[in-house]
Amino acid sequence: MIVDLYVFGNSPLHRISPGYKILALVLFCTLLFVLSGWVPLAVGAILVAIGYWLAGIGFSHAYRAIRPALWILAIIFIAQIILAGLELAAFVVVRFGILILAASLITMTTKTSEFVDGIQAGLKHAPSWVPADHIALAISLALRFIPLVRATLDEVRMAQKARGLDRSVKALLVPLVVRTLKTGDEIAEAIQARSPL
Amino acid sequence: METRDIVFIALFAAIMAALAVFPPITLPVVGVPITAQSLGAMLAGGVLGATRGGLSMILFLLLVAIGLPLLPGGRGGFGVFLGPTGGYLIGWIFTAFVVGFLVERFWHQLNYLNAFLASVVGGIVVLYAIGIPWSAFVAQISVWAAFVGSLPFFVGDIIKCLIAAAVIVIVKKSYPIITPRKRQAATTE
Repeated sequence: MIVDLYVFGNSPLHRISPGYKILALVLFCTLLFVLSGWVPLAVGAILVAIGYWLAGIGFSHAYRAIRPALWILAIIFIAQIILAGLELAAFVVVRFGILILAASLITMTTKTSEFVDGIQAGLKHAPSWVPADHIALAISLALRFIPLVRATLDEVRMAQKARGLDRSVKALLVPLVVRTLKTGDEIAEAIQARSPL
Repeated sequence: METRDIVFIALFAAIMAALAVFPPITLPVVGVPITAQSLGAMLAGGVLGATRGGLSMILFLLLVAIGLPLLPGGRGGFGVFLGPTGGYLIGWIFTAFVVGFLVERFWHQLNYLNAFLASVVGGIVVLYAIGIPWSAFVAQISVWAAFVGSLPFFVGDIIKCLIAAAVIVIVKKSYPIITPRKRQAATTE
């Protein structure tokens, strides 16, 4: 099964509804870009630090959130030093770090299921031209299909390995896509047979 | 939009997720790991068509945004969109749409060559046109510098376009899903 990036906890940050958290994040990021400068950056860094402290999320989780971006940040840092000097290089990389940490804080304090519930609650108030049922169905189907398609990929890979074809991307993708499409038609028929959607 | 369309959209979002665990191919010369997910964006368009392909990418990115670790290396959450490569992720929506549009347009004469060209236009031209200015903006470097920085990926992207073209053509022969643009306009369902 897929495990989300949630870190268990019961802090105020964990309990706020996901909608407000996203809104706060959007506001935070916009302000950091608009009020470009070291002072807003320092304030932002302090806010993010307070956020991590409030949520009780330790250094190791924060590091895990930023680690995948490290090598890109390093490249940007070097490129910036060559192109624009040390100060701008440091500024850009620090801002990235703060943005990524702020976003990860939201991700780590919110369960995927809370987001899904939030989206579905929001869809109830959506104007009538929004196909709310279809969107809700698509999200829940996709969550169910991810382990299904991964299992199919594993099966295809083993089958092609037996034929000595497991190094060919094409020999893996074609059966994966065709089998998935066939499954899709069967599932669509099953849904249609049972529901008036 | 019928139930069948929604099922296909959800399934291709799931295929994108499966491609994250696809063994990455590392180019021996350049040393840059190539992941299969942008290949998935081209396939979504080339197999499902413009609308369904684009919607499946939106759905996939929504799942990533709400915290599922569906990108290579188990990345996910809002942070990935704010990072320097966020533009490429958003670009997948347009990649899928453009590849889908072109494949629908050339459906009756579809062969390896025009499927490859459709993949190049959608998966390289359009994707870079969004991804490069984005990283230039967020990293505050010139567009030219961002362009040079993305060149190591170019060889891998060409290989991905070749694979995508082959898969699109074979899937068309064995399990066609797309209704071509012209005929759709004539029958008006």
